[in-house]
Amino acid sequence: MINKESIAGRIVRIAFLAMWLVITVFPLYWITITSLKIPGAIFKFPIAYWPDEFSLQNYAGLFSKAQFGVYLGNSLIVATVAGTVATAISILSAYVLARFEFRSKTALLMAALVTQMIPSFIALGPLYMMMTQLGLVDNRFGLILVYIAVCIPFCTVMLRGFFENVPDALEEAAMVDGCSRFGALFRVLLPVMRPGIVAAFIFNFVNCWNELFLSVTLMNSDTNKTIPTALNGFISSFNIDWGSMSAAAVLTIVPTMALFAFASRYIVQGLTSGAVKG
Amino acid sequence: MTRSTSERVERPSRLGSAPPANMADTRPRKPAFTTRRGLGIAAFMAPAVLFVVVFIYYPMISGSQMAFRNWNLTDLTDTSWVGFKNFQAMFADPVFYTVLGHTAVWVAGSIVPQFVIGFAIALWLRRHFRFRGLYQALIFFPWAISGFLIGILFRWMFNSEFGVINDLLSKAGLIDQPIPWLADPKTAMIAITVANVWYGVTFFTIMILAALQSIPDELYEAASLDGAGKARTLFQITVPSIRATLSLTVLLRVIWIFNFPDIIFGMTGGGPSNETHIVTTWMISITQQGDYGKASATGLIVVTMLLVFSVFYLMATREKKGAKS
Repeated sequence: MINKESIAGRIVRIAFLAMWLVITVFPLYWITITSLKIPGAIFKFPIAYWPDEFSLQNYAGLFSKAQFGVYLGNSLIVATVAGTVATAISILSAYVLARFEFRSKTALLMAALVTQMIPSFIALGPLYMMMTQLGLVDNRFGLILVYIAVCIPFCTVMLRGFFENVPDALEEAAMVDGCSRFGALFRVLLPVMRPGIVAAFIFNFVNCWNELFLSVTLMNSDTNKTIPTALNGFISSFNIDWGSMSAAAVLTIVPTMALFAFASRYIVQGLTSGAVKG
Repeated sequence: MTRSTSERVERPSRLGSAPPANMADTRPRKPAFTTRRGLGIAAFMAPAVLFVVVFIYYPMISGSQMAFRNWNLTDLTDTSWVGFKNFQAMFADPVFYTVLGHTAVWVAGSIVPQFVIGFAIALWLRRHFRFRGLYQALIFFPWAISGFLIGILFRWMFNSEFGVINDLLSKAGLIDQPIPWLADPKTAMIAITVANVWYGVTFFTIMILAALQSIPDELYEAASLDGAGKARTLFQITVPSIRATLSLTVLLRVIWIFNFPDIIFGMTGGGPSNETHIVTTWMISITQQGDYGKASATGLIVVTMLLVFSVFYLMATREKKGAKS
């Protein structure tokens, strides 16, 4: 497809791609290695790129000295519930936006885009005050409600792209066969779109799992903290314990990386379809 | 099936007006406005709209009005309207201009390398090779990590005493003494920008690669028949064909990086002595001090600046396109 490349060109290309791969992977390698060193060994010279002795002490300390299990549980609950509900709600709105023409449609899509453009920090203060009045500050349920709202705009746009990829004929055939529009959506359309829906859920889950500023603002007590809030507490203290920090970082990254690897193809498709078309 | 049929019957009765529903049934293909259709659309949109209005738009709008009020959490006895006083205070503060300068360096210093490296990788990834799928998956994964955590990873790597970057640089013979990266304002700015470039290249790669794959092969065949060299093919075929995607991606990224405090927050927290604050991290620290009025004013200034930038940017890129064709 592209004209033949010279040997020199080939070497440059491979060298560059290989170098970028090393640069991309290295920080993750480094944090993992750091987390597996014996606590004192981190601060020893020469710096070891492959430690003589591996240890899980940093990980054990997270659960015995800090309440990392509690944070992990909170993050898991909040991200799972918010991700699921946001995906379900977005399926409905994305379906309507993909399949129907109506007057306020452009305005709704614009309203979704605006939420992605405006710095959300302008809303932090008032949101905190509103949640205080509702009695939802320092409350996992309150955080879930806010996360659902944060996920919906992008998730709707992403799912709308997936809906548009499925031909109308599929539903029409189902409706001719006696399905209602609702039945056609649930029995025919959604099963076809399953990979896209899973990708949308994973995208929401990872966003909630990683979210920092809202949870720092809304959650105060130690038993309600999510992982990012807890990590923020770790770095705010004067001396950072890099051993437990790196172990915590690895435990935070691994689940999301696994999920992303699983769904990366669809997430890429969801991200690019909108932009390339627009 | 029974459930959906019953709903069909139910809906018009709930409405209390049968005729429009019947009309919709006789002309199902025509998207004419009927009450039933309108209510159906509204019902599907309602949960999404409700959530976004209550938890995003309401706080955003009520945050905007705070910019014109005296609103400080430390003393809420006087929350009177003060007009543009918060804005004046902002523009009178010399730190504001330092922060604006940092923001410009942060945005430009991040976007240019991200664009160049991302574009190069995308070009080189067009050609099939055995592990291309795996390669793409591997360079994609910084994305699964939050910006805040990336800040923490790089904070550790840029550690002046035990950081791996100083160690590698001294092994390569590039430095004699460890650099106190995050303690010195100038090098701290470099460090946070490096972290952001690392993070953002993938986005450009993904967007540009998707656009490249939409260029028909015939264009390249024609160009090679005409004896066009590599550089000419790149600038006269590849770039013009994907100009729309390129300019849109750059615009989206500029806005996004402008509003992206996460890496800085995790890496330096705006320090040393406020020297790595960009507008949004500064705004967060003002919010944390409780001065919501001033923070909101900063937010509105950011929104205005981004709007003005977007308009000029769109005008500029459109003009170029018109001149070319």
